[in-house]
Amino acid sequence: MLATHAQSGESGGMPQLNPEFWVSQIVWLVLTFGLLYIILSKLILPKISNNLETRKSQILENIETAEKQREESDKKLKEFEKIILESKLEAKNYFNEARQKIQEDITNKRNALDKDIDDEIRAAEQEIKNLNTASREKIKNIAVETSSELIKQLIGEETNNSSISAIVEEQSKKNKEEQHGI
Amino acid sequence: MAANPMYQFNVYRIGPEIKLGSVDISFTNASLFMVISTLAVLIIFNLGAKKKSLIPDKIQLLAELSYSFVSKMISDTAGSKAKPYFSFIFSLFMFVLFCNMFGMIPYSFTVTSHIIVTFTLAAFIFIGVTVIGFIKHGFGYLKLFVPSGVPIILLPLIVVIEIISYLSRPVSLSVRLFANMMAGHTMMKVFGGFVISLGIIGGWLPLSFSVALTGLEILVAFLQAYVFAILTCIYLNDALNLHH
Repeated sequence: MLATHAQSGESGGMPQLNPEFWVSQIVWLVLTFGLLYIILSKLILPKISNNLETRKSQILENIETAEKQREESDKKLKEFEKIILESKLEAKNYFNEARQKIQEDITNKRNALDKDIDDEIRAAEQEIKNLNTASREKIKNIAVETSSELIKQLIGEETNNSSISAIVEEQSKKNKEEQHGI
Repeated sequence: MAANPMYQFNVYRIGPEIKLGSVDISFTNASLFMVISTLAVLIIFNLGAKKKSLIPDKIQLLAELSYSFVSKMISDTAGSKAKPYFSFIFSLFMFVLFCNMFGMIPYSFTVTSHIIVTFTLAAFIFIGVTVIGFIKHGFGYLKLFVPSGVPIILLPLIVVIEIISYLSRPVSLSVRLFANMMAGHTMMKVFGGFVISLGIIGGWLPLSFSVALTGLEILVAFLQAYVFAILTCIYLNDALNLHH
């Protein structure tokens, strides 16, 4: 301890208070710190600040682009959905049209067929009616002829055909009435 | 000789004696560590500023985080008007930080443990801030010494106190840094000496203290650089925004 006291005795215990190198320290401090300040402020710090700004703006730009693309894709999606909806509607229309057409076809054909059948039925009915009236006339004629023949053979005398036919007419009418009356 | 805890603060000449007129401005170990710290800051930040990648690598991240850190510190304490002084405060913070940190390496020299260095920095800041204050506000800057809302009777006393506190700024700023550095390094040296003198049996306790102190000193090295820079910002704030 004595030795150390003797050692530092020349500077009063603290080398910091020894003014021997004070000027030197100030000079070198000014030199080094000045150099540091000049290089940092003129060369390095602007670069770092620039880098930070660039990054900031680039990130903002990227976000903007992403937003734009998202909007675009949303639009496209909507368009796509619209197309799908339209095509669905179109398909429905096609289907409806086809159904309508088929239905029309069916009704047309059925109508035609009905008409044909009706015509045929009518023709057949007409024929039956004709036949009916014709046969009645024939039967009447036959009856008149047979009656006049019979009378001729029985009496041997020509009779007036018209009177016989009037009697037959009356008889057949009566018959008819009896038939219907039953 | 090396057992003296103050020995580490000795300044000695490296190389030839350089004289400017009658003053000695020789290159010393203090000068050496100033140069080393300056070069280290410049190299690291130059590397960190070189690349322009969108996703930064480690050194770029370090540089950019330091930039944002100091930038935020200035805008928080001194507002947007202090922007032109960003480079100075950044340089100051980095210089003090690197000098403190290089001092933590064994057998190195701590530049900031010398009162003349810290006082030169503090005096420059004090004069600079005062000049800025007078340029910005003219003689209105003297209102700094007259706080508003003080009774007239107390005013003379308050003004005297304010002037003394203003004038003591460079002293408190420089002594705070210098004393912290010197005390920390002296303590480490003393505990290191205890390890040797107590030997293998009793030396473990001071050794563990030394380990803890090393961690504490690294914290102090950062903290004092931060305090030095932030106090500069606060003084600058007074000069720029004159709140009193």
